[in-house]
Amino acid sequence: MNRILPVLTVIAAIVALWYAAAVWMNRAWVYDQAARDGAEVSFLQALPQTMTLERPVLPAPHQVVAELVKSTFGMKVTSKKSLVYHGWVTLSATLLGFAIGTGAGILLAVGIIHNRAMDLSVMPWAIASQTIPILAIAPMIIVVLNSVGVQGLVPKAIISAYLSFFPVVVGMVKGLRSPDAMQLDLLKTYNATGAETFGKLRLPSSMPYLFTSLKVGIAASLVGAIVGELPTGAVAGLGARLLSGSYYGQTVQIWAALFAAALVAAALVAIVGLIERRVLVRMGMAR
Amino acid sequence: MTTKAAPVIEAKGLDLVFQTADGPVHALRDVNLTVNKGDFVSFIGPSGCGKTTFLRCVAALEHPTGGSLTVNGMTPDQARQARAYGYVFQAAGLYPWRTIAGNIRLPLEIMGFSKAEQAERVERVLDLVELAGFGKKFPWQLSGGMQQRASIARALAFDADILLMDEPFGALDEIVRDRLNEELLKLWARTEKTIGFVTHSIPEAVYLSTKIVVMSPRPGRITDIIDSPLPKERPLDIRDSREFIEIAHRVREGLRAGHGDEV
Ligand SMILES: Nc1ncnc2c1ncn2[C@@H]1O[C@H](COP(=O)(O)OP(=O)(O)O)[C@@H](O)[C@H]1O
Ligand SMILES: [Mg+2]
Repeated sequence: MNRILPVLTVIAAIVALWYAAAVWMNRAWVYDQAARDGAEVSFLQALPQTMTLERPVLPAPHQVVAELVKSTFGMKVTSKKSLVYHGWVTLSATLLGFAIGTGAGILLAVGIIHNRAMDLSVMPWAIASQTIPILAIAPMIIVVLNSVGVQGLVPKAIISAYLSFFPVVVGMVKGLRSPDAMQLDLLKTYNATGAETFGKLRLPSSMPYLFTSLKVGIAASLVGAIVGELPTGAVAGLGARLLSGSYYGQTVQIWAALFAAALVAAALVAIVGLIERRVLVRMGMAR
Repeated sequence: MTTKAAPVIEAKGLDLVFQTADGPVHALRDVNLTVNKGDFVSFIGPSGCGKTTFLRCVAALEHPTGGSLTVNGMTPDQARQARAYGYVFQAAGLYPWRTIAGNIRLPLEIMGFSKAEQAERVERVLDLVELAGFGKKFPWQLSGGMQQRASIARALAFDADILLMDEPFGALDEIVRDRLNEELLKLWARTEKTIGFVTHSIPEAVYLSTKIVVMSPRPGRITDIIDSPLPKERPLDIRDSREFIEIAHRVREGLRAGHGDEV
């Protein structure tokens, strides 16, 4: 209870602020409309209207929730208007990209800790790759892959992987290097081979670091998948919903898609967190 | 076990200079020492006098820059290949993701013992360090003293006849340390291992050892080697006996002398 109360307080404060902002930002439109009709409205008369506009500057929370519920549960999941449909399109690209990114990240990390040349050469490139704005890279990847006939899921997954491999490399390198000199010396006294040192010491030691990275990585994957949907001309996916919403001034739709994306991200991170707990408890590394 | 004529550890004119950013550090200079089979040798001296470095040379974790060092008549590297020694560090260093039994199995897995033999050996050494029944526990479920006993069991599991221990009880409180010292003596009597033991506690060194090596720093060197006249059977209250106090006195003198010519 004493953990829920502060959380609820914060949420209530955010919702209140949001309503206030919605009234503040939408009232000009209501006044303009009234003036055009030659009518005079008081603030109190304008108040309910600011929260029910079809294309508000900032939709009120209940409008977003209503749209979210309608487009999630009120549609057939195969409908182009269903958020479940668009969510799945984005989610599948996210998961594929996450799998590619994680695999690549782990492989790179293993290479980096075992090979001095890779240590010196790969890391700067990995860092440089993340300094390029993804919005600049995404259309190029889409266009280049499209020209060789690859479309749909894979290009988005690649953009996703591009964003998610980085936290995995950084976390895994740190994790694989986390055993201290004494632990490495101990294995040396057993004449352990490099492979044994890796399998019995480095890899298990890296698990907590890996999971921390995976939580960052899966959220980044989702961002990558959404960004990857923007240049495709808004066909399908949460990114497409965002884009088509902005084409047609459908702010409620934009916000609903944003919230859907946030909910998916939270769920994905929570799932990774659950797996983390189970694995670490099984390994005896968490109590 | 047959008694060999050759000493277990023999250092002649051993030198080790570390090249550091601040210039060379003479960690060991002209160290001459003979350790025979079944000896319990303590290395005592202030911080930085090369106790750890000497033990690490024996274990082939450092390589001397001069002189000669043999372990069981071989080079330290060959001795390691022959699984001549088990090493116990100051921290127990148990893997948190392995049970106590799993930790003890670690060297056995690497050395390629069969599953059945692994299980049998784990049971035997757990018994030896009085941890029978704790095999399925994880390290965090054990006290510091019990963890250190588990790490000793790990070093005993593969039948090395030399046990190298670098301040193994340094991080433990005195009551636990007394108990473990007593147990270590019993274990030594039962297994007839040769033990090299680093400490900076005078009573601990005198209580445990058949041979006490007093060292002093800058450069790290041996200032005195004392062969203890105490009997092999040592109850804790032997520490109040006259002989014990005399040896402790001589160790203290040796330490002070080492300190004197440093100034
Ligand atoms: N790897 C190393 N590199 C450089 N200097 C070292 C290294 N290991 C130990 N030394 C130095 O060698 C000296 C002896 O160290 P050590 O054997 O650890 O002493 P002790 O165990 O008696 O406290 C110290 O001056 C220490 O700083
Ligand atoms: Mg030391």
